[in-house]
Amino acid sequence: MLRNEAYADSNLLEEAFLPQTVESAPKKRSFSLKSFAEYFMQGVFLLCACISIICVVVICVYMFAKGCPAIAQIGVLDFLSGTDWFPTNSVPSFGIFPMIVGSIYVTAGAVLLGVPIGLLTAVFLARFCPERLYKLVLPAVNLLAGIPSIVYGFFGMVVVVPFVRSVFGGTGNSIITASIILGMMILPTVVGMSESALKAVPEEYYEGALALGATHERSVMRVLLPAAKSGICAAIVLAIGRAVGETMAVVMIAGNQARLPDELTDGVRTLTANIILEMGYASGLHYDALLGTGVVLFVFILILNLLLSIITSKRKG
Amino acid sequence: MNQRIMTYKAHPLSLVMKALVWISAALSVAVFVTLVGYVLIKGVPYLSLSLFAFEGSTSEVSILASIVNTLKMVLIALLVAAPLGVGCSVYLVEYAKKGSRVVKLAELAAQTLSGIPSIIYGIFGSMFFVTSLGWRLSLLSGAFTLAIMILPIIITSSQEALKSVNDSYREGAFGLGAGKLRTVFKVVLPSAISGILSGIILSIGRIVGETAALIFTAGTITKLASLTDSGSTLAVQMYNLSTEGLHMNEASAAAVVLLITVIALNSAASFIGKRIKKSGAEVN
Repeated sequence: MLRNEAYADSNLLEEAFLPQTVESAPKKRSFSLKSFAEYFMQGVFLLCACISIICVVVICVYMFAKGCPAIAQIGVLDFLSGTDWFPTNSVPSFGIFPMIVGSIYVTAGAVLLGVPIGLLTAVFLARFCPERLYKLVLPAVNLLAGIPSIVYGFFGMVVVVPFVRSVFGGTGNSIITASIILGMMILPTVVGMSESALKAVPEEYYEGALALGATHERSVMRVLLPAAKSGICAAIVLAIGRAVGETMAVVMIAGNQARLPDELTDGVRTLTANIILEMGYASGLHYDALLGTGVVLFVFILILNLLLSIITSKRKG
Repeated sequence: MNQRIMTYKAHPLSLVMKALVWISAALSVAVFVTLVGYVLIKGVPYLSLSLFAFEGSTSEVSILASIVNTLKMVLIALLVAAPLGVGCSVYLVEYAKKGSRVVKLAELAAQTLSGIPSIIYGIFGSMFFVTSLGWRLSLLSGAFTLAIMILPIIITSSQEALKSVNDSYREGAFGLGAGKLRTVFKVVLPSAISGILSGIILSIGRIVGETAALIFTAGTITKLASLTDSGSTLAVQMYNLSTEGLHMNEASAAAVVLLITVIALNSAASFIGKRIKKSGAEVN
């Protein structure tokens, strides 16, 4: 028994590949058809398990291998900090700084609108909601997550754009419009994750605060929210990722002018919009520059992913 | 009641907080109601039979071809992604040791995949499937791109479903002399089926609504397409219609079809998801 355990310890990985039945079965049977099937299927399952890893690796390799040469050819600094995007001029210039700024603006706007409302809605669901209402509010918020971005974009076009035009002036295709729609789109992400973070806080925290004489609201806001901090941070990071990567809704409502905006009512072009608008007809260096735009976006997302896994691993540990 | 008023008099900030929380919740619900309401009001009047005619033209838009393309897309993407995703979760839950490196890597990979925006999938698909593999703009390229995109949804939901299967089931099967494989296929997977199904339905919703990943992989031409042909799905056609601006009425009708389909799929997924929770509670 002891020897067996030592054996298992030294060969942890190898043992993971062996089905348990083979160990318990007599050695003679290990070449039978049945155990072959066991081995074979385990291999198949392992291959399936590796497929997502392979996909991530292939996507990374393709993005960087195709996009980075373009960035290098244009010049990293010219590409990232150039303010002129004239890809079809006789002397083309490929500066995506306006797009980076555009993405940051609309994302910030979405976070400013969506996170407070989403967070307070999560608080409502976790601590304020009567049971009967809960069954109405939760599905409504969850269904928001499933609605396609194209429908959000359409809603933005026919409802929010005219609204912003009449209230704030300008064409209506603006940073504000994009922020409103993106704020709506990140709501379910913020609500869902924050609510489960709030619910994971031990009940004693809340009861302790009440016993010390705090009101219900004070206990929730000053004790529960801080205790659920890391889960809420994860929710916000995830929401930022959604907002940065959103394409269809933004391209339909943000105006798409590739220049630095002066006011909130100006139109902007995001990184995602830049790709979807021009990829269809681009060729040569222009096409490569769009791939480069994709790489910049991809790096943004990878950084956010890294941040997310750091936050969640801290939570577990 | 009186005491409550007294408390709020002593702590006015608490009252403000309470009001803010309720207002936010009301806003969240209002967002959903206005969104769905407006789309329905704008679109339902334009739902006509000619919209579903067999032959569409530039003046008479038909969305039938796109709907059929969408169905094909769903079918291929699921055929690719569902076995892989379920197989992956079987390995992670049933075979791999807890905390083994494969599990950590696979979970990290799934998390990364689910964070990648659809436009990146679109670029990747157009580079890999369309150009490198030479599949050109086709339903096949689009479906494979989408298959990668829905993989994390299927993996995480199946993983949850498998984890929620009580260990006594497995022990019972082993005790009766079943091998690992038999246990997985005859005992574990059948009892986890509703969770797996709910993940698959959720990913159908994702496919139906997807646009950005398809424009450069499956193309934007509205026609009934074979697997190797380029053809638009309903969401892509809706994007075309609404950006061209010539057929806004048809676009809003298409929006209604999309919205209702997706809401129905998501409700079904969460309904089935709830059922496993209940049956799980009975077992415990």
